[in-house]
Amino acid sequence: MAVAIETPFHVLAVDDSLPDRKLIERLLKTSSFQVTTVDSGSKALEFLGLHGHEDSPISVQADQQEAAVNLIITDYCMPGMTGYDLLKKIKESSYLRDIPVVIMSSENIPSRINRCLEEGADEFFLKPVRLSDMSKLKPHILKSRCKEQYQQEQHLQSNSESSNSSNPTNENSSSTCSNSHKRKANDDEILPHATRPKHS
Amino acid sequence: MEYSNLRRQTIFMKKNLFDQGYLDEQFNQLEELQDESSPNFVEEVAALFFKDSSRLLTNIEQAIDKYPQDFYRLDSLMHQLKGSGSSIGALRMKNECSVFKANCNDRNLEGCRRSLQKMKREHATLKQKLESYFQLLRQVGPSEYAVSSRK
Repeated sequence: MAVAIETPFHVLAVDDSLPDRKLIERLLKTSSFQVTTVDSGSKALEFLGLHGHEDSPISVQADQQEAAVNLIITDYCMPGMTGYDLLKKIKESSYLRDIPVVIMSSENIPSRINRCLEEGADEFFLKPVRLSDMSKLKPHILKSRCKEQYQQEQHLQSNSESSNSSNPTNENSSSTCSNSHKRKANDDEILPHATRPKHS
Repeated sequence: MEYSNLRRQTIFMKKNLFDQGYLDEQFNQLEELQDESSPNFVEEVAALFFKDSSRLLTNIEQAIDKYPQDFYRLDSLMHQLKGSGSSIGALRMKNECSVFKANCNDRNLEGCRRSLQKMKREHATLKQKLESYFQLLRQVGPSEYAVSSRK
């Protein structure tokens, strides 16, 4: 029996509409993502570990480490906190800003699309979202992991110039961007949103 | 064979729904997402849609009778209905939403009322037709449905 050795990427989907949530969940699961759906921006932030206006990792509960999110996909038009507001909060958080964000909207309004992309959204999907749109998600996840790995390596190099870096996962990956998301986080680094979910 | 006759009926029923403009391509997209791991997906989404849309229609009806009229709120409610309607491929409903929204824009209360009545009729008709369709599909059986939906 074939065993998947890679943990599926985890997507957090945010939409206030119940049928739309069901649809996006199905689209994502069909595309081999692990999915969590929430019905509001504030619940999304709660799930991501942001409480109120805190953006310190210290506010994250221990069990939030299990819920590492690799991508957030959110509806634009939602009561209370819009998808744009949610995007802003994510990008303002040093802890969450590297998670790719995709915005969905039923309206094709260029100024809206531009505004979202300028604020840091990685992609904009017109609703109804289709299965073919799902293939656009993984590249953003991988890109953000590459960037993160690069930043981590830069940090390592500047931190420990004289000491030997004996972490085996770094040896081969200094010039290549590893596709694997089983990379270990170093002890002195907190990379909550990249932590591999614990599996037995 | 009784079975293939049933199957032909489902194909015919679905074709009618498309030809008469009740459904659009998005409904096919939903059927493509249905498989052994989610064998009742389309019916489930449709059920959620009708639950959601019934609630919205009730809210719109209440809002339309309030004075002074809040066209912004009416438009916003109908916008939600339009969104979820387009997610399941409810073409006629989606189009009527646009008519309603145009009336909101013109602050045409009478137009809004007429449009709402039309919307309720479309809603009821689509619900009934889809219920018949799903019922027939259940008689045909899941595996054959999965095959026929790929046409």
